[in-house]
Amino acid sequence: MSTLILILITGVGLGALYFLVASGLSLIYGLMHVLNFAHGAFLTFGAFLGFEIARRIGSDTWWAFAASVVIGGVVGALFATLTELALIRPLYERHIEQVLVTVGLALAAVALFEGIWGSDPIYISAPAWMNETTSVFGAQVPNTYWVLMAAATALLISLVVFLRFTRFGMIIRAGVENRKMVTALGIDVRKAFTLVFAIGGSAAGVGGVLASHYTGYVSAHLGSTLLIFAFIVTVIGGLGSLTGAAIASVLVAVLQQFANYYLGGTGDLIVVVALAAVLLVRPAGLLGRTA
Amino acid sequence: MTATDNSAPASAGRGWSSELRRRAPLLAGVGFVVLLACLPLLNISIPGILPTPTYQPGAMALMSLAMVFAALALSYNMLLGTSGMLSFGHALYFGAGAYGLGIALEHLGVPLWPGVLIALLGGLVIALITGSVAMRVNGIPFAMVTLAFAQAGSVLVRRNASVTGGEEGLSLNTEGVPDALVGVINTRNLYWACLVMVVVVYLVALWVDRSRLGHLASATRENELRVRVLGLKPNRARLTLFVIAGLCAGLAGMAYMLLQSGTVPRAVSADLTITVLVMVVLGGVGYRWGAVLGGVVYTILDQRLTVLAGSDAIDALPSVLRIPLSEPLFILGTLFILMVLFAPGGIAGTVHAWIDRRRHRNARDEGLRELDADASANDEPVEVRA
Repeated sequence: MSTLILILITGVGLGALYFLVASGLSLIYGLMHVLNFAHGAFLTFGAFLGFEIARRIGSDTWWAFAASVVIGGVVGALFATLTELALIRPLYERHIEQVLVTVGLALAAVALFEGIWGSDPIYISAPAWMNETTSVFGAQVPNTYWVLMAAATALLISLVVFLRFTRFGMIIRAGVENRKMVTALGIDVRKAFTLVFAIGGSAAGVGGVLASHYTGYVSAHLGSTLLIFAFIVTVIGGLGSLTGAAIASVLVAVLQQFANYYLGGTGDLIVVVALAAVLLVRPAGLLGRTA
Repeated sequence: MTATDNSAPASAGRGWSSELRRRAPLLAGVGFVVLLACLPLLNISIPGILPTPTYQPGAMALMSLAMVFAALALSYNMLLGTSGMLSFGHALYFGAGAYGLGIALEHLGVPLWPGVLIALLGGLVIALITGSVAMRVNGIPFAMVTLAFAQAGSVLVRRNASVTGGEEGLSLNTEGVPDALVGVINTRNLYWACLVMVVVVYLVALWVDRSRLGHLASATRENELRVRVLGLKPNRARLTLFVIAGLCAGLAGMAYMLLQSGTVPRAVSADLTITVLVMVVLGGVGYRWGAVLGGVVYTILDQRLTVLAGSDAIDALPSVLRIPLSEPLFILGTLFILMVLFAPGGIAGTVHAWIDRRRHRNARDEGLRELDADASANDEPVEVRA
């Protein structure tokens, strides 16, 4: 029983991490139809700078952890904004080229990170509490998972509030529905594009810092591995659907954890099989609009 | 040349010249292949591009590798250029060829040719299954799904170490391979084998582009709805093309296996697909010679930049310059971004556009831009719902 609970809770925690990455991807795709391969680079950059700042402050205090999360978010947002302005904006409406540019950026950025921080993983330390476990019905759950879940929940709530109740959120939703109409009403949709990139990048940056605590190290390839699962999650959830991404993140991660435990470490394969199954039954994804 | 015999004496001159012009690409192609075939017998040094004179194994190995990637890029161009499918899982079929041949030789103990056949069959099955599932979706989602399949392949290869050698890679079991294709001394024969392979793949690509199948696939790229309305079956054509491209990639993978005497999990990874994508875009999407050129240029650049990264001149630079310059992928990635931003047709597209402008003809299709026009025409708004 305790094993079951442990697997379930760690699955939800991993799903929270997937959601931090997938939410940005899904928003960006929903509004701009850009498949952002550089999202992994935003994440890795956030993780590295978060690690640097934590190391300078003293990495096992809560202050250092908080600072690294904030820095990760800010850095991710800045990197994403710059990417949008310099690389994506000149190629508006040319979707394949936009994908290619982000692929190039991901290549170059990962190579640069390897050049700066080396290709070996750097192990990091965290506040003592995060290395301990909490007992839930007899299951010893590592505390990192609670942090992940808290962060993802906060992100989901703030995104929903932002999209529902603010002016910018309204513009973003309207821009998704009918971009031409919004432009005709004299609203600059391109600002919304930049904003969406900044939000997605910020979520990825925070996700990067938390992912480094989840894995226990930072490396130049941290983002690439997570990115593939984030892609799978966004496709299963339905491209452009935030709720779909949230549900799919949890489903995929729980499935993955169960398969890893009970089916001899086949989690990664099961996820791909699940993707194939969803595509065969519902090509638009769980909550995607049927084409 | 014999065509002049049939034409009337008055128009002999013009007939001859137009015949020559029509056949010029063929003649140039044959001439180029003959030249390439002769290279191992000649002593030509190209400092800065080839590490050794052409008759030595170092240069031949590099040129062979360039041909393997040229063939892989050609097969990828069938997908992206001809039928407009952006796949991120093409490495899976390259890896299927390399690992398929390796496994057949190692675990089934068959000679080379049956091994090639087994690997091709295996690649066919994998391409058919993954292709038919992935084609449930189009455009960007298709890219994501193919990426996921390649990732699954990569995981399988890394996990099943008893069959594939895991992270260590699988080395070539030379028992079944003819002696003429084994060892550094026989690099020349391997070079010729790679040349034959790339010519075969090129001919397949040429046939595809000229066939009904290729026309149907490129018509689907332009306007899928219209193709459907005409009562044609675009998905079957695309799947066939996907499988053919997969088999060609498999051939390239087998040549890679023989050439490198082994393969590593990187042959199945998403990294390799991205590398091929970079090759095709650098060379020019939609142009066969562009794909070949892209594969060759990329391979040589990658090799030369790695040498440059280790050189003393780079080591002496301050770290702001040294770190970026010592990472070949950083330079290639940046180059790639600049190409996409400023020369979206790639090398071949730019050259063709330049020739066309000189001829004052209407601009011909510029591969990528057209793909995009098509992609945006099919776009339907996707909702963000909270």
